[in-house]
Amino acid sequence: MEKRQYNIIAETGIHARPATLLVQTASKFNADITLEYQEKSVNLKSIMGVMSLGVGQSASVTITADGDDEKQAIDAITETMKAEGLTD
Amino acid sequence: MTTYKGIAASDGIAIASAFRLTEPDLSFKKHSIDDPDREIRRFHDAIDISKEELLTIQQRTLEDLGRHEAEVFKAHIAILSDPELLTRIETVIRREHVNAEAALGEVTDSYIKIFNSMTDNDYIRQRSSDINDVTKRVLSHLLGVKLTDPALINRRVIIIAHDLTPSNTAQFVPNYVKGIVSDMGGRTSHSAIMSRTLEIPAVVGFKGSLAEIKNGDTVIVDGLTGNVIVNPRQDEIKQYQDKIKKYRNRKNQLSSFKNQTTTSSDGKHPILAANIGTPDDLTAAIENGAEGIGLFRTEFLYMDSDQLPTEDEQFSAYKDVLQKMKGKPVIMRTADIGGDKDLPYLDTPKEANPFLGYRAIRMSLDRTDIFKVQLRALLRASAFGDLSVMFPMITTINELKRAKNILEQQRQQLISADVAVGHIKIGIMVEVPAAAILADQFANEVDFMSIGTNDLIQYVMAADRGNKRVSYLYQPYNPAVLRLIKSIIDACHENGIPAYMCGEMAGDQTAIPILFGMGLNEFSMSATSILKSRALIKGLDSREMVTLANRTVSLASTSEQVVHYVHQALEAE
Repeated sequence: MEKRQYNIIAETGIHARPATLLVQTASKFNADITLEYQEKSVNLKSIMGVMSLGVGQSASVTITADGDDEKQAIDAITETMKAEGLTD
Repeated sequence: MTTYKGIAASDGIAIASAFRLTEPDLSFKKHSIDDPDREIRRFHDAIDISKEELLTIQQRTLEDLGRHEAEVFKAHIAILSDPELLTRIETVIRREHVNAEAALGEVTDSYIKIFNSMTDNDYIRQRSSDINDVTKRVLSHLLGVKLTDPALINRRVIIIAHDLTPSNTAQFVPNYVKGIVSDMGGRTSHSAIMSRTLEIPAVVGFKGSLAEIKNGDTVIVDGLTGNVIVNPRQDEIKQYQDKIKKYRNRKNQLSSFKNQTTTSSDGKHPILAANIGTPDDLTAAIENGAEGIGLFRTEFLYMDSDQLPTEDEQFSAYKDVLQKMKGKPVIMRTADIGGDKDLPYLDTPKEANPFLGYRAIRMSLDRTDIFKVQLRALLRASAFGDLSVMFPMITTINELKRAKNILEQQRQQLISADVAVGHIKIGIMVEVPAAAILADQFANEVDFMSIGTNDLIQYVMAADRGNKRVSYLYQPYNPAVLRLIKSIIDACHENGIPAYMCGEMAGDQTAIPILFGMGLNEFSMSATSILKSRALIKGLDSREMVTLANRTVSLASTSEQVVHYVHQALEAE
């Protein structure tokens, strides 16, 4: 199981476009991937789940991947987070 | 055949078959089912067809209109690919033995509720309208009814719609949408202005029942007279084809005025400029021989987006316009948002009287963070052409002074950072009666004034221009309005500054002779009105128009009298 914590620096939090891209990235992997925020946890392959968390600026979120490609998954997700300016 | 009347909103005539842009009946009853597996298969079939349809729409929108417009459909596809959403709906079908429609409704409703409750996150809250849209699409396939997608139109049609939203018109493919008939709004409604920009003949405020026009009916839209003919006889089609030919000839004839300066019969040169809403509108402005841009509405940058536009985004849009105008004067108006142009991501509270509320410069002076970004972008762009900036909805001298101070502050900051800044002329839009009455005082503070008649008339007449029941009060020729306009123009000239006009009235063929007689220096109008206005002014003698203007403001007591005076003066010419 791979686990990583991120601080969201984007002014608007995880809004529609980055959420869509994160879900697209996560969906490429076999591993079960979850996004945890304020003690709620959702499937990172679910756009509705991710948006329903309403992650805002300066939130701290944890992403966990569990499966054969968990390491690659976390790396790819981290890259997307940075590219979208969600985290530094 | 039936002839209906409406308000002529956009020039031109079109004959094509009707395309009703209406919401189909998507109501259903919840009922129990025997075979959940079969119901789930039915549900997946509807999802698959919906996704296929969305891919086509996305592709078409991308090719015809651009990436930004296509984005929303990408979001729709993402929602329909959501494993959680699909699983939850399947679970409801299996567990409760209910039909797919009911399960879909129950699950999507629960998401919409969650999203709507996120009061602190506008971006997400807005997505509930996406879920709503997608749900409707899937429902339509479950129920076997057809949704109307303007982006999928692939033949020449006349759009029949109750009302048009900017997102509707964004999906229109100009080569296929030949005409528009709507039963809402007047000449100054947004759909009317939009149809003039797209140069699509339109009749709004339709005085019949739109329900009587069926899909595929042949419809004639006469945007010159406001007539709409449904299922015309052969001889009428023939008659209108002749009319179309005449209209085209007249247009060609007018095109000879394209590269001429505007000159009256006694050699006066008022400037004819264009109003534009986006940099895309420049093509029409240039093709119609605009001598400048009298109003660039910068709102589109804020409205076509789900977040505030950055300084660089704004800078490149402004620079683009200035460069394309090649040194001709361009007046940009700082953002007129709020009022009926609500931005979901700014989370401004709903107001009972948006036209009398928090909008335009009032918002800018409150949200100086947003205002400063725009001013810096304008200042940086000013190095690339002849730029004037005007502030909308100015009501008091203090507001103007504050706006000017903030602009000056930003200029100093840019200069000390060694950023190239050009000279900017500063003006106000005169649209609030208080500013109009005090125009002589304002004239000391600015380089020019531009009369915004659309709002000025509705404020003077106390009549909402979008409200059909009081639309008779929207009277540009009312002597009260004309007297006020004359006093503004006089105040400008007495203080040595020019007076411009950028409302619909500036392109009005009945108003132009009077305004020309009042000495208006620049008429800024829809691009499509420029050539005929230039042709009109060519036949006018300024001395006789001065007499006409004086006669209307001193003698007329009604709009009808004013129109009568104008006709008399034109006949004498």
